[in-house]
Amino acid sequence: MSASRYRTPLANARGLGSAKEGTGHFIKQRVSALALVVLVPWFVISAVLSVRGGYANAIDWMSQPLNAIGLLFLSGAAFFHMRLGLQVVIEDYIHKTGMKQSLLILNSFVAIGLFAAIAMAVMKIWIGA
Amino acid sequence: MSAAHQGDPRPLSPHLQIWKFHATMVASIMHRATGVGLYVGSFVLAAWIISAAMGRSAYDFVFAAMMSIPGQILLFLWTLAVTFHFANGIRHLMWDGPRAGFSPKTASAISVFNFAFSLLASAGLWAIAYFVKGGQS
Repeated sequence: MSASRYRTPLANARGLGSAKEGTGHFIKQRVSALALVVLVPWFVISAVLSVRGGYANAIDWMSQPLNAIGLLFLSGAAFFHMRLGLQVVIEDYIHKTGMKQSLLILNSFVAIGLFAAIAMAVMKIWIGA
Repeated sequence: MSAAHQGDPRPLSPHLQIWKFHATMVASIMHRATGVGLYVGSFVLAAWIISAAMGRSAYDFVFAAMMSIPGQILLFLWTLAVTFHFANGIRHLMWDGPRAGFSPKTASAISVFNFAFSLLASAGLWAIAYFVKGGQS
């Protein structure tokens, strides 16, 4: 007696299970990870080497075009990756529907909001330099 | 075991409490824990960049908080989290892409390596930050 007794032949043929998706999430998580493999060491080493010593150094560093675009790539990939990652954590541990949906929405707002704010800050420094 | 499970021949995964301690288990738990930690840490990164765009006084305020003793402790934990999640993340990519490193011995060895890498790389970064002369202002 199999569970597929309750499923339509089309659902069996598609074989997507109850969630209907997930492969896209898996791939996005890993593609953003590939970008971060390059961007994170660049940022951490640059931050340690170039950004010590205060405001003027930070502005100097962020107003170089390559650093500015690197920061945009880094924050884009990082917040994309973080949103996907925390989504899985929320789905794993929070089972009450209302709370789960609220946290998932909050997760999206935080990730996209912080990315937008950082992007605006970087553009302002780069254009204003 | 509830009645719903009876007659279902598929194996159940062991319950969390009867898992034996092993390196890959700790690495897996720490990968998730550091991931969540880095999410929180990104707020500091955001504050740092946004304060730079706001001007010198905002930047000095955020930078002073980051360079305070509690701030430096949190930053050190952040470097531990970044370096571990980075190394262990590459291992996940090796698992998922070329499907390398699945044998238990290799997987355990890489787990231990990732923890060692995290400690050494963090110590190295902080040594550079403290002892190599950077730009001034």
